[in-house]
Amino acid sequence: MPKLSIDGTEVEVADRTTVLRACEQAGVEIPRFCFHERLSIAGNCRMCLVEQVGVPKPVASCAMPVTEGMQILTQSERVQAAREGVMEFLLVNHPLDCPICDQGGECDLQDQALYYGRVRSRFREAKRAVSDKDFGPLVKTVMTRCIHCTRCVRFMDEVAGVPELGTMGRGEDMEIVAALEGCLHSELAGNVVDLCPVGALTSKPYAFAARPWELSHTESVDVLDGTGSAIRIDARDGRVLRVLPRVNEDVNEEWIGDRSRHAVDGLAVRRLDQPWLRRNGAFEPVTWDVALATVATALQDAAPERTAALGGDLVGLEGMAALADLMRARGVASVDCRQDGGAFGSGEPASWRFNATIAGIDQADAILLVGTNPRREAPVINARIRKRWRATGIPIARIGPATDLTYPVTELGDGPDALAELARGAHPFVPVLGQARHPLIIVGSGALAREDGAVILGLARQVAEAADAAGTDWNGFSVLQRCAARAGGLELGVVPAEGGLDSRGMVAAANGGGLDFLYLLGADEIDPDAFRDTFTVYQGHHADRGARHADVLLPAAAYTEQEATYVNTEGRPQRARPAHPPPGDARPDWKIPVALAARMGTPLPYDSLAGLQRRIEAAHPHLAGVGQLPPPAPLTSFGDAAGELNGAPFAEVVPDYYRTCPISRASATMAACARAVADA
Amino acid sequence: MTEGAELFPGPDRDEAERILGRYPPEHRQSAVLPLLDLAQRRHGGWLPAAVVDAVGDYLGMPSMRVRELVTFYSMFHDRPVGRYLVQVCRTTPCWLRGSDEVLAAARQELGIAPGETTPDGDFTLIEVECLGACADAPVVQINDDFHERLDGGQIRAWIHAHRGPKEG
Repeated sequence: MPKLSIDGTEVEVADRTTVLRACEQAGVEIPRFCFHERLSIAGNCRMCLVEQVGVPKPVASCAMPVTEGMQILTQSERVQAAREGVMEFLLVNHPLDCPICDQGGECDLQDQALYYGRVRSRFREAKRAVSDKDFGPLVKTVMTRCIHCTRCVRFMDEVAGVPELGTMGRGEDMEIVAALEGCLHSELAGNVVDLCPVGALTSKPYAFAARPWELSHTESVDVLDGTGSAIRIDARDGRVLRVLPRVNEDVNEEWIGDRSRHAVDGLAVRRLDQPWLRRNGAFEPVTWDVALATVATALQDAAPERTAALGGDLVGLEGMAALADLMRARGVASVDCRQDGGAFGSGEPASWRFNATIAGIDQADAILLVGTNPRREAPVINARIRKRWRATGIPIARIGPATDLTYPVTELGDGPDALAELARGAHPFVPVLGQARHPLIIVGSGALAREDGAVILGLARQVAEAADAAGTDWNGFSVLQRCAARAGGLELGVVPAEGGLDSRGMVAAANGGGLDFLYLLGADEIDPDAFRDTFTVYQGHHADRGARHADVLLPAAAYTEQEATYVNTEGRPQRARPAHPPPGDARPDWKIPVALAARMGTPLPYDSLAGLQRRIEAAHPHLAGVGQLPPPAPLTSFGDAAGELNGAPFAEVVPDYYRTCPISRASATMAACARAVADA
Repeated sequence: MTEGAELFPGPDRDEAERILGRYPPEHRQSAVLPLLDLAQRRHGGWLPAAVVDAVGDYLGMPSMRVRELVTFYSMFHDRPVGRYLVQVCRTTPCWLRGSDEVLAAARQELGIAPGETTPDGDFTLIEVECLGACADAPVVQINDDFHERLDGGQIRAWIHAHRGPKEG
């Protein structure tokens, strides 16, 4: 633990700390452009210069390791002069087009020029100009503004694992280029915009849309995959203009996937903003009063055993709970939150949670992927796996379709047979898992959302048990939920009661004429044609697939327009908050079942969001700990390891990363991304 | 990973393996500069993109990292150069000793400007910064050889002697 003095104050820091980090620990801020905590050190911008007493030249603090007895000055005249010199050189070729630059107002160069910039330029020569590059539909380039910090290059190389950016040439001729014009082949490409300290890389969909000081900021949580990344929603005039990541070390560090960031233009189009009723085959706009009366009558007329309700992939706890309460009060057994028919056990939390936790990936020393493509299902979690692999080169194996995950993977087979072989203990990867201190088995919906899912769940649990993956301080059996609503629905127990139908059963029953009433709560990922002859109510924010054969459409708020709790794949409840009110007559999800119950004369025992949340928290105390992990759940004997397997290979459950839900399917930006990937 | 046989056929294969042998096996990438040099010599003095990518494959490096190197170092060429690459030093010592005259003579004799290649593909003329042989200024580097204490007449004579269809 070396001791050093920073501006005369003694500090003691850990070994191998850099001077810049030591200064931060001492509360001294050091300006920087190229340095970033989560990237390798480049040391090329020179903005972080400090003075070391006894050393003739200023030192770059980002790359300088501390040594015992070092004396660092950060506020001396020499330091100020050195940084002013660096700034002057950076501005030699910078265009100073801040008034037409989207980075203006949130630009590191602009901010630091305030402290280190000269009032007038002494540069009389011609500035260099660099032609812009095409980095695809998300990243707009104005390369003349680039100061060559190489953060984007290092991010793509190190975090995203898609080394498609590079520096060509040297000195004044240096340029950042993409390997292929027109597309960055990463689900995390949007993050380079956040990393760029100047306006060289800005968000293409957000170009010239707003100035940062005009926006309202709402801290919320992303629901477009199951990760539960922390986000900030920036809105103006009732419209979401952009989504940015927030730091949450336990979940997303400071990255988010491109869909989470850029699908939000889909929130402004194809919206349901008033109730509709199908009359003579065509939809007619109606009032809430008429719509609720129609639904109430149909629900009262339907026999409970011929009634079903299905919760969708983007629904929060409150909406799911209100619908389940409405149905249970009528004695309906057929409720389900698993549109994809995933076999996530029935009642054992360890069977649907990412028990190892996302931060726990940093400890894993052998990973087995079963029927999951984390790169497409949860790109931020995939980046965490890659980070772990880069740090220690742990063995990673997969059962499922072979795709590039950005780290080397040993392919064990493409279907359940390979898993059965592992469960028998005969496979060479068994000792690798067995010898690991923290083995991690990640099971995805490609393995569980199929007819023999329960068997696969049981086999995966056996593999985990044989590897001693579940001890007192580590549970490596982890299910990767690919959508935001599933874990919450399972925590609430929104699964069929005794004798009820699950989603697969509902489709079969409807096809056989066995359903009279179906309530789809934002459920768009099932085959709607099965419900052609069933009286179907669709509640949601986009009239997407689920609305195709619906008889009543009830407009609901999207995740940026209502307060709702979402449980991420780890079982961590987090709260999404409204950035603006829902459009038109749309209502928060939870209010609609409550209004229906009241209309039928059997009101639910709550009429406020707080009351509903209190009721949920009373029944499930761990859901009250917003932001907190649930208590560890033991591996019980879930699954049906003895059942019969069908030999079909595991499916790729997210064939198109950019379009997985009603919001992303409505997004023009996501369509452009999908096209760019297909064309490249 | 590309088989070395395609990229470095015949005896070059052994040479490539010998170069790789100088570095620890887990640091194959360390051999990238000498292997690029070898590849450039075998591909007419320049590195087509496909060859650059093949060197990356051979060493297990992303091709972007190799392309960065090729554009960073001035001794690698990503565009075709003539059979003779005439590099005229123009840094201060050579300039004081008459590099302007040498360059003017070469330009006139070859009929091209610096940065250009003669239509027959024999000569490429470029200006370079210090070649590190100031004691014998002015200096011109032609392929691997230094030509020192030159004047206009000598460079003309050399060019004249190496013109034409015969192999150099």
